[in-house]
Amino acid sequence: MNDASVYGLMAEFDSPQQLLDAAHEAHKAGYKKMDAYSPFPIEGLADAIGFHKNMVPFVTLVGGIIGGLSGYMLQYYVHVISYPVNVGGRPFHSWPSFIIVTFEMTILFAGLSAVFGMLALNGLPMPYHPVFNVPEFTKASESKFFLVVFASDPNYDAADTRAFLKGLAPRAISEVPA
Amino acid sequence: MEPGHSFATIGEKVSNIVLRRPISLGWVLGFLVMFSGMNMLLFALGYLFVKGTGIWGITIPIGWGFAIINFVWWIGIGHAGTLISAILCLLRQTWRNSINRFAEAMTLFAVACAGVFPLVHTGRPWLAYWMFPYPNTMNYWPQFRSPLIWDVFAVSTYFTISLVFWFVGLIPDFATMRDRAEHPLTRGVYGILAMGWRGSARHWHRYETAYLLLAGLATPLVLSVHTVVSFDFSISIVPGWHTTIFPPYFVAGAIYSGFAMVLCLAIPIRAIYGLEDFITMRHLENSGKVMLATGLIVAYGYGIEAFMGWYSGNKFDSFLLWNRLHGPYSFWYMSLLASNIVIPQLLWIKKFRTSTFWLWVISLVVLVGMWLERFIIIVVSLQRDFLNSSWGMYYPTKWDWMTYFGTIGMFLTAMWLFVRILPMVSISELRTLLPEAHVKETEEVAQ
Repeated sequence: MNDASVYGLMAEFDSPQQLLDAAHEAHKAGYKKMDAYSPFPIEGLADAIGFHKNMVPFVTLVGGIIGGLSGYMLQYYVHVISYPVNVGGRPFHSWPSFIIVTFEMTILFAGLSAVFGMLALNGLPMPYHPVFNVPEFTKASESKFFLVVFASDPNYDAADTRAFLKGLAPRAISEVPA
Repeated sequence: MEPGHSFATIGEKVSNIVLRRPISLGWVLGFLVMFSGMNMLLFALGYLFVKGTGIWGITIPIGWGFAIINFVWWIGIGHAGTLISAILCLLRQTWRNSINRFAEAMTLFAVACAGVFPLVHTGRPWLAYWMFPYPNTMNYWPQFRSPLIWDVFAVSTYFTISLVFWFVGLIPDFATMRDRAEHPLTRGVYGILAMGWRGSARHWHRYETAYLLLAGLATPLVLSVHTVVSFDFSISIVPGWHTTIFPPYFVAGAIYSGFAMVLCLAIPIRAIYGLEDFITMRHLENSGKVMLATGLIVAYGYGIEAFMGWYSGNKFDSFLLWNRLHGPYSFWYMSLLASNIVIPQLLWIKKFRTSTFWLWVISLVVLVGMWLERFIIIVVSLQRDFLNSSWGMYYPTKWDWMTYFGTIGMFLTAMWLFVRILPMVSISELRTLLPEAHVKETEEVAQ
């Protein structure tokens, strides 16, 4: 079965189209635990490797709501409860003047949630990752495209998976040490 | 982008500017000049902290002098960066991919320069944190009904969001830099900044969502920031300030001056660093067109101001118009009209739009013009308001000028370092523009 010292098998491709097709093939062949790496975003690739749960919009929405509510409530607390000051006879709860800070706080919290949410969901920062053990992988940020089938996949078999990847006509196949 | 590039050559060309290109004598000399400018700013501010704002030309009735003029000018310049990166991203103007990184950097540095002014204008900058709401032993809270507090929130949010937007855009490029760096130290530094980015499809998917959401959030934000800045004026009752045209007119003016600054910097930089393939004539021409369009909105704003001065029948408003045209600052008002309205009309002509020399000159003229606009709005309105017993004149002192030119030095110092430290064109976004980057789902596998 699976060798604990192996993270997976990595196939290297020349073009985004080849990688996308290979990802589709692998998914069709029943592999579930895999990842694809490219120097720029490729449309449909995340779908092809079976990734559908994108929580970033939800996190952003929650962040925005928290920011807006806390911005408004802060101003309400300050001007109605804690420190009411009569400015030209205006009501303490003069909501039109509170809109701007509420708006800015909404944007601030939503934006920071989008960024930090994205990083956290991606598990970044991550100083060590097995794929970096493959010397050719430095090209993943340049001009090459990689598909990795993880050894943790139930269908993974060192020989069979290698044969399957070979059938996709990659430039090279390498074993990723864990 | 010009033809003849592949995924690899884009990365090479952009990252080599930072990683392989030796530091030239010109760069060092330029840096020394800019850095001395920045030190002049530190000197002027140091003296200010010792003596107080009395060293400036501000007096009553003109209590808002250079500090506020420069604040509005700088923050306006920042707007083009966000416009390019956020609004043009939402509108799918892919030509922006070549200039967004650079324009975002410009935004950050311009907002940093802008931030100096309100801070030192408070007179006691060491107490500036009182503007933030925090529980304190003085039992005191900021006044949220004041536009000055709105400004604190708008500008600090703007800076923060611009910073993270810029940084998010840089993450994949840091990975490219890490993988291309030869020296272990450089690799280490870019590696830390890349945070272990490996270009996973899952990561890219979340990344693109986050980027698009940020663009969607930054769009209303950038429109709100100069609106809030204009509220500092229009919420008051001073003639010439108390108008409803201010928010849209300020935003248009901000984008106008911002694009002028983009052109002013992009034209020399693309020539020096050989980036003509990425920042093409089309980019420059499009920026010229945006300048022309926003310049016309600004001209409309001037027209409405003059019209309302006459049509309102309010004698203070009509006197303001007279005072602008015939008062002691009329020469500067005329220069403002010439540099913001008359000269930029040359951009209608394709020959001027496609000449780097003329575009550069017109941009400089617009930058000066937009600075004069803020000068006229602030000084001429305050100079002669309701009671002629309280009329006065404004004369900036050498400290005012040193602070102003000092921030230009600070801005250019930061730009100087930026072009040598970070990839100034977005590598990963440029790659998506190549025809090879486009994939199609094949029928049988897409099932």
